[in-house]
Amino acid sequence: MSQTEAKTMTIEEPTEGRKLLGYLLEFDNVDDLTHGAEKVRDAGYSNWDCHTPFPVHGLDHAMGAKPSHVQWIVLACGFTGLLTGLFIQWWMNAVVHQGNVVTGYQYFISGKPFWSVPANIPVMFELTILFSAFASFFGMLGVNRLPQYNHFTMYSERFGQVTDDKFFISISSEDPKFDVGKTRDMLSGLKGTYLEVLED
Amino acid sequence: MAKTLTKPLSQLSTELDNTRDQISQPPLVTGGKTFGNITEIVARVAEHPSAPKAWYVAFAGAVMLFGLLFAMLAYLISTGVGVWGVNTPVAWGFAIVNFVFWIGIGHAGTLISAILYLFRQKWRTGINRFAEAMTIFAVFAAGIFPLVHVGRVWVVYWIFPIPNQQQLWPQFRSPLLWDVFAITTYLLTSLLFWYMGMVPDLATFRDRAKTKVRKIVYGLFALGWRGSNRQWIHYEKAYLLLAALATPLVLSVHSVVSFDFATSQLPGWHTTIFPPYFVAGAIFGGFAMVVFLAVPARELFGLKNLITLQHFDHMNKIIMATGMIVGYAYAMEFFIAWYGGNPLETFTFENRATGPYAWAYWIMVTCNVFIPQVFWFKKARTNLWVMWIVSVFVNIGMWFERFVIVVSSLSRDFLPSSWDYYTPTWVDLCTLAGSFGLFFFFFLLFCRYMPIVAIAEVKGVLPEAHPGHGAHAAAEAKA
Repeated sequence: MSQTEAKTMTIEEPTEGRKLLGYLLEFDNVDDLTHGAEKVRDAGYSNWDCHTPFPVHGLDHAMGAKPSHVQWIVLACGFTGLLTGLFIQWWMNAVVHQGNVVTGYQYFISGKPFWSVPANIPVMFELTILFSAFASFFGMLGVNRLPQYNHFTMYSERFGQVTDDKFFISISSEDPKFDVGKTRDMLSGLKGTYLEVLED
Repeated sequence: MAKTLTKPLSQLSTELDNTRDQISQPPLVTGGKTFGNITEIVARVAEHPSAPKAWYVAFAGAVMLFGLLFAMLAYLISTGVGVWGVNTPVAWGFAIVNFVFWIGIGHAGTLISAILYLFRQKWRTGINRFAEAMTIFAVFAAGIFPLVHVGRVWVVYWIFPIPNQQQLWPQFRSPLLWDVFAITTYLLTSLLFWYMGMVPDLATFRDRAKTKVRKIVYGLFALGWRGSNRQWIHYEKAYLLLAALATPLVLSVHSVVSFDFATSQLPGWHTTIFPPYFVAGAIFGGFAMVVFLAVPARELFGLKNLITLQHFDHMNKIIMATGMIVGYAYAMEFFIAWYGGNPLETFTFENRATGPYAWAYWIMVTCNVFIPQVFWFKKARTNLWVMWIVSVFVNIGMWFERFVIVVSSLSRDFLPSSWDYYTPTWVDLCTLAGSFGLFFFFFLLFCRYMPIVAIAEVKGVLPEAHPGHGAHAAAEAKA
């Protein structure tokens, strides 16, 4: 695990006649991964990614990745929840008729007004939270395109270690800058330990 | 791995004291563990061919109690709520006491997972997963009681605003309906938060799975997670937002539960101190339940290096602090009863401490205020037996707190001719025991088959998880 000892990289060769899906470079520590990510970023690739067992601080910057905007989805849904809470309580408890349409049911309780917002705040609040929570979770899944049960990295035998203690950089062959030889040369210059060729 | 699996889980970790040095930050994971070690420690709990013997014993007990709960509910539903001890004037009995007790238990889970996350208390990573699980199962246990106490369970869906041919809607100004919304939101949000935190760990289980069933089941629930940093960005943002949403939510839930009492006009219930008092009590009782569960769990499943003495030290301090907030609330209720000068209020509180339910009141005060004071001593905070016994007392005390609030106020209402002494029936007692069965049934299954510690999060608090750590270490070695 020591970072001072020199590393040798094992490099796989592509097979003739098989479709190349991308390259997968394995690292064994966070530092080498972060420095590697900076190099790939500076080389101008776009369809590539880092894979880590836990979120790594500073990697977003090293990758040049944009910050998340999930919060706007959550805000929109939170407002929807708030207004839904307000609307259903007005519709169900504050009015009986609107034109010819029967809409709600008025309860006469201890002479309290049928429509008073303070009494409706708890339900409005809870629905705000409920809608926002769903938006955070499903918004995150949507933005991340999850669930996704097939991805070119999953063709790798070694990739299972990404959820244990290994770190990876993957570059898809669909990247406009991808070149079988040049990309491989660039990756083999990084401090990875194993360069895998992913084929269909 | 094969070698470790031949040994019982409990022999796979050793106790290391990391509570001595409080000034320079002590390690959260003891024993110099690596990323791979952490995966191994947590995953082997679910992969070990046999659970510890104590697990089977506990599970058998939980199944029996769970069965008892089913029997009691079947008896209740087929016969009617007359099988309970409730009657005029004590129309709210064990059902509401147990409901508030269980909801309160759940609150510590959310506090650990959400509030400590917002405050960047990194020690939460060791315990947050099973505290969250505890929350969910406690809400299950709590939810049983309002469902069955309505009497006609088969129309319980009327509590939700569902369009119907009678053109009737729920009454939105009632705190009981606020409860419906608060508890439902709480359960769903806690489930999302728990599951979302678990996705990367389920992916770890998927990648280690040896059998086809495991591969499919863990694989399905892992959603195809591949640790992609472009996904971690959104994931972390969403997780932060969920924590920020769960924080006011958890405060609101027990506040709303306390409104059930506070908006009524009964002396002893009609007080403005109730929301913060209930929330503090919930956190107090919930932390005691976390300690109660964590002490045996870390022992049996070999998690001593991840759930360390430092974690318990912190939790016990919180137990003592919240216990004193609760003690303050008890005292303040008496002060206001005297200072307010309302004779009914004054009578209620005199009656509480000296009346027919004085025994329950003093059990509550002893368990909640006096016993946790042992945590002033570090020896007590870091002694597993002491804290475990205190946690049992706190749970008893917190159950009695709800009992005292509900029963002592109701049994002496405005009309002395209707005063009565409430006694629970055997059905009440068996249902309470059964609710523990439900809780432990789910909790023990969770411990055996799910990632009991948040693997990805614990890895993130190791020093080598941060870029530049190698450079620091080299510089330190030079100096």
